[in-house]
Amino acid sequence: MLRYTINRVLLMIPTLLGVAVLVFFLLRVVPGDIVEIKLRGDGGSVTQETIDMERKRLGLDRPLLTQFGDWMVGMATLDFGNSMWTERPVVTEISGRLELSLQVAIMATIIAVLLAIPMGTMAALFRDSWIDYTVRLLTIGGLSIPSFWFGMLIMLTLLALFNWLPPITFTPIYVDPIANLTQLIWPALAVGYRYCAVVARMIRSSLLEVMNEDYIRTARAKGVYERLVISRHALRNALLPAITVIGLEFTFLIGGLVVTEQVFNLNGIGQLFVQSVSRNDFTLIQGMVMLIAAFYVLVNLAIDLLYAVFDPRIRYNT
Amino acid sequence: MKITRRTALQGTAGALALGLGGLNFDFTKASAQAPAVKRGGNLNFAISAEAPHYDPHASDTYATLHLAAPFYSTLLRFNLPKFPAVEGDLAQSWTIAPDLMTYTFKLHPNVKFADGSTLTSADVKATYDRLRNPPQGVVSTRKATFADIGSIETPDPLTVVFKMKAVNAAMIEHFASPWNVIYAAKDLAENPASPRTKINGTGPFTFVEHVKGSHIAGKKNENYFKKGFPYLDGFKGIFTLQAAAMLNAVQGGQVLGEFRGISPAERDRLVQTMGDKIRIEESSWTLNLLVCFNVDKKPFDDVRVRKALLMAIDRWGGSVGLSKISTLRSVGGVVRPGSPYATPEAELVKLPGFSKDIKKSREEAKKLLKEAGQENLKLVLWNRNLAMPYTPAGIFLVDQWRQIGVTVEHKQSDTGAYLATMNAGNHDVAIDFSNLFMDDTSLGLSKYLSVTRSPENRSRSKDEVLDKLYDDHMRERDTEKRKALVRAFEKRLFEQAYQQPLLWWHRIVPTHKQLMGWKMSPSHNLGQQLEDVWINA
Repeated sequence: MLRYTINRVLLMIPTLLGVAVLVFFLLRVVPGDIVEIKLRGDGGSVTQETIDMERKRLGLDRPLLTQFGDWMVGMATLDFGNSMWTERPVVTEISGRLELSLQVAIMATIIAVLLAIPMGTMAALFRDSWIDYTVRLLTIGGLSIPSFWFGMLIMLTLLALFNWLPPITFTPIYVDPIANLTQLIWPALAVGYRYCAVVARMIRSSLLEVMNEDYIRTARAKGVYERLVISRHALRNALLPAITVIGLEFTFLIGGLVVTEQVFNLNGIGQLFVQSVSRNDFTLIQGMVMLIAAFYVLVNLAIDLLYAVFDPRIRYNT
Repeated sequence: MKITRRTALQGTAGALALGLGGLNFDFTKASAQAPAVKRGGNLNFAISAEAPHYDPHASDTYATLHLAAPFYSTLLRFNLPKFPAVEGDLAQSWTIAPDLMTYTFKLHPNVKFADGSTLTSADVKATYDRLRNPPQGVVSTRKATFADIGSIETPDPLTVVFKMKAVNAAMIEHFASPWNVIYAAKDLAENPASPRTKINGTGPFTFVEHVKGSHIAGKKNENYFKKGFPYLDGFKGIFTLQAAAMLNAVQGGQVLGEFRGISPAERDRLVQTMGDKIRIEESSWTLNLLVCFNVDKKPFDDVRVRKALLMAIDRWGGSVGLSKISTLRSVGGVVRPGSPYATPEAELVKLPGFSKDIKKSREEAKKLLKEAGQENLKLVLWNRNLAMPYTPAGIFLVDQWRQIGVTVEHKQSDTGAYLATMNAGNHDVAIDFSNLFMDDTSLGLSKYLSVTRSPENRSRSKDEVLDKLYDDHMRERDTEKRKALVRAFEKRLFEQAYQQPLLWWHRIVPTHKQLMGWKMSPSHNLGQQLEDVWINA
């Protein structure tokens, strides 16, 4: 198990290297120049000489391979360079937003998991009953309704009914938990609804499958309480696919909530991503892509290790 | 400037009735005469974009000013109720030599920077030296504006004398530019690029914090040189990068206003949902969209083709519909309609592209295209990928040109790709834009100069006649003669049809009725120091 884990960690390196090469060179193919956008984007009248000077100051006049080499060397020391737009360190730009995005992702995951497991289980156990139909209706709603639209609905409802909106600026939870949760519970709900729907349907499907297995029939034949049949035998196996989905969804939430963040005016990674793309801020885009790629790889590893916890049959041999 | 019937009575506390020539004005007396104000409180307002840095010298986005203006002062500024008249800011008084070759400014005494140091004429000189001759590594986006300044003298700590190399008829307005904030000479000496990251000004507020992506906050400058100001204890500019979030914040009372401008649909939503709680102020805007032909590309090197396409556009009819769905509204020439140098409508309609007889105009356009052998013309129209108002403008043009048999492919792209396309000369026709902070033609006409002189001339035209008319008008002291030169410039430009304003924008600003003292103007870059704003809560 330990050897497997070490191998997987080492495999991260070529994976991330490949992502780095791809993102660096693909970005350079995209038309647009951050200096032009910065100095002429709002109608400014600067000479080409000034543009060239700025490009030189930002190091954009250097050969591509030199720029790539410098970036790779910097990454090795966890120095992702400076944002070309603000000229602040990429790490500073990202870390300022990461806390919020992580918290929304965690809250949405907690909401989703806490609701999805009982919902999916009840729907499977009471198949074709009103409970099942209700859960299926709710989950279809969650899958069909875009989370940003649901978020807009939440905001407009709060405004129309209570003439109230959540706080518009972020307060860390350790500074003022009430203000923090008052702001973030709504986007977490908006996102968590869809998340819950996906997981609940997955649990329902796999539980229905598992309940027909021989070992379940055997357990029942042996007189095991139904409650224990479900919790100890059926659910434990049915959760395995759901764990994969939970992990992938969580990673998506880190940088993928662009529109939801805009609806709730959240200063998160998603907004930062969109802004940096529209500005051709290469260094910042590269830094965020690497962050999300690293997240995906780590979460995948965690999922695989979690499988072993849930299913003792799984042994990883190198 | 029009105030709608929904507009409440505006508090005009601290009205600054200054005229040209420089008057020594007692601000304490002004505030005593104005309607009673309520001091204190913190203003939250929305800023719809976030600037990359704090240095207005190196920026052309309003976001920089909405973020930084409250912390700084300028030598002069525009008197908004009497726009485009100017008034003193740091300048207590000023004199202009009759030949316009010398400008002498007397500064207010005992003006303090946020770090406690005292402002002197040396700071003004250092600032303007940076503007006109930026050192290595520093960008001054309006450097060309100050090319006519020959020298800057500081005979004493409170006097600055600008000696010109040549007459610049618009110089006094350039001294009032909101971008020319005054920095401390010692800060610039230490690090010429420091204003990008450090705020140390003489404005009504001092810097508290800037949380990237979230907000910028300032508190009352207790040492502000205008006694009795500011009225507020502080402010917070909250970045609301999407219109929906901004509207929700205004509606929910989390912000008391948004000072750039909103669309008609957004205005209607606020009025419908907030009723009497919202104040809407409207004005024509110093922004326009232009139709711009790439004269280096066939067939747009043929003046008949360019003219035909411009004549096919029904601006007068189109403005009615577009004004309902976008911020486009006013029909005008090279100068903002209604401003001192604007061409009267009776003259405008005689110019190519502005006839009110659109049927006749389109018949002529078809003839011109036929003459030029371009009856079945197909072109690509490059446009910015921004919903307001670029998309409706592009769709409008597609429709207008379809009516003379021209097939248009409308391509919209992000700003970066859009600029790259135009700078490389890869466009056929483009929708370009002009973003001005004042009406004076020294700025507005520079866009149409030969491409060798004007980097923002995306039609890539070269026209010595236009260049000479521009230069002559810059040196002309007589207002009527200057207007005549502007008329001649406009006529030449439209006859050659390199590029032409499509429509001028219309500014709509929402503020809560409890917000008092903020003054509307035709430019979203003006009036953002917030010193005379107060909250009637």
